[in-house]
Amino acid sequence: MMPKVELKSLQYKLLKNLVNKLYDQSRFYRTRMESKGVTPDDIRSLDDMAKLPFMTKKDYRENYPDKIFIAPKEDIVRYHASSGTTGKPTIVGYTRNDIDNWSESLARSITSAGLGKHDVVQVSNTYGLFTGGLGFHYAAERIGAAVVPASTGNTERQVELIQDLGVTAMACTPSYMIHVGEVAEKMGVSLKNDTKLRYGLLGAEPWSDKMRDKIYDSLGVKGINCFGASELSGPLFSECEHQQGIHFWGDFALLEIVDPKTGEPVGAGERGEMVLTMLQKEAFPLIRYRIGDLTVMDEEVCACGRTHPRITRITGRVDDMLIIRGINVFPSQVEYSLNTNPEVGNEFQIVVERKGALDTMMVRVELKPEAFTDNILELNCIRERIAHKLRSLLNVNPVIELVGPGTLPRFEGKAKRVIDRREI
Amino acid sequence: MADDLDRYKIKQLSIFSENRPGRLMDFSKAMGEENINILAFSIAEGAGYGVIRAFVSDPEKALRRLQEHGFVVRYTDVIAIHMADKPGGLYDLTKVLKEAGINIEYAYAYRNEPGAILVIRVEDIERAISTIKASGAKLLDASSFK
Repeated sequence: MMPKVELKSLQYKLLKNLVNKLYDQSRFYRTRMESKGVTPDDIRSLDDMAKLPFMTKKDYRENYPDKIFIAPKEDIVRYHASSGTTGKPTIVGYTRNDIDNWSESLARSITSAGLGKHDVVQVSNTYGLFTGGLGFHYAAERIGAAVVPASTGNTERQVELIQDLGVTAMACTPSYMIHVGEVAEKMGVSLKNDTKLRYGLLGAEPWSDKMRDKIYDSLGVKGINCFGASELSGPLFSECEHQQGIHFWGDFALLEIVDPKTGEPVGAGERGEMVLTMLQKEAFPLIRYRIGDLTVMDEEVCACGRTHPRITRITGRVDDMLIIRGINVFPSQVEYSLNTNPEVGNEFQIVVERKGALDTMMVRVELKPEAFTDNILELNCIRERIAHKLRSLLNVNPVIELVGPGTLPRFEGKAKRVIDRREI
Repeated sequence: MADDLDRYKIKQLSIFSENRPGRLMDFSKAMGEENINILAFSIAEGAGYGVIRAFVSDPEKALRRLQEHGFVVRYTDVIAIHMADKPGGLYDLTKVLKEAGINIEYAYAYRNEPGAILVIRVEDIERAISTIKASGAKLLDASSFK
């Protein structure tokens, strides 16, 4: 375990290198630093990082697809994409080292949670542009575990694989974990008594200790809270076996907590907005990225002896982002998609509920009087078309409810478009 | 000739009805307050919403009133056919339409002594009117509902 002082000195060295490199090589960062009147010479300690400009999702979107990248194109070995707030996805590129560091970070995380080469890890996150599937896949391979790349869906088959291959850990969202338990039960399989499943590498959506207890009591699975985001690489961090917050490996990420209004650092133990600097990324660097999650940092040495800072559970969002079945959804995306349908007005309302273990999303839209027809089939088509557009943009499957014009609430100030009835 | 056929086009009200309790009540309350008689109606079920279809004693007044109250409503032309109120009555009528290749989009019926009335919505309403008239079946004149 690296002493805290050494960790800080390593972080400073990495930060200094990063700032120098970006100042020399990135027009984006150089312009940003110049507009704040900062040069690399001003960074003389870790605390000086507060002088550096923030970066937000907006910067990332405005520089689509790769204008913030600094690695030469031939050094990029992979791309992933996340959904964007305006309907345009955002792209992350990786060099060979980026993939290595990503795998290393999550490999350390799941090792700290207690996994090793004897484990069989079923990765039930989506494989593809979404970073969850391949992220856990590479990390599990790196620790020498056997990987079952199940991806999402076909839950009965997932249960069979858990049984037949002696799966010991499953990576998915907490709500999907519960769903798998329910499906297993219907198949006459008790995950607790009939399988070797012991760990759930869970994340990508908000969940509570209550859910963790439920998963442990009913499935015999220890739920390990995991954290990441595509901008950072993908899933990177998790709790250790003591489960006292998520460890952020200090040599990969520098964590700050700031007041979301002023951008000033908050006091120790105070809640604020998470700001992340990725210290070793090559293709797509991130300095002081405001990721939007609200949390509390704990810098005390963990019961496991690790000196890396931890975050306690994420308690909310700075913006109005929703997480539905592990997928980020912004009401602005919904609005963007709805606006492409001439049959509906500008008002809409999103209702999120949890049915069984899974989230459901309903979107209420007002039918314009001129779009009304006596023909039920045509109305159903309008509804299906709206749903289809939303589905292909958001990757979640919403139910559309058509309502009469003027029936949805109107707002003078900031619209409250989301009703979240989930009890997490 | 066209004028002759227009007599039989009945202005049915089609009212969009979202999926919540009380929509039929709201509609019937509005009609009651305007002293408009609802002569026949049906409710069609869509995916999470419905369409109330009705013909009433004063369709113009009804449309105005409903629109003022924020209902999404429009006219749809339907025809009302007199059927013999006896076994086979509906068969005789639908056979005529089938033989002429006329597809019924939707229909509803009510009993009206001494006969029964079938209300239908078809794509080519004028051809349906001519066909039915030619078959000898009796069509109800729109003015008969005033």
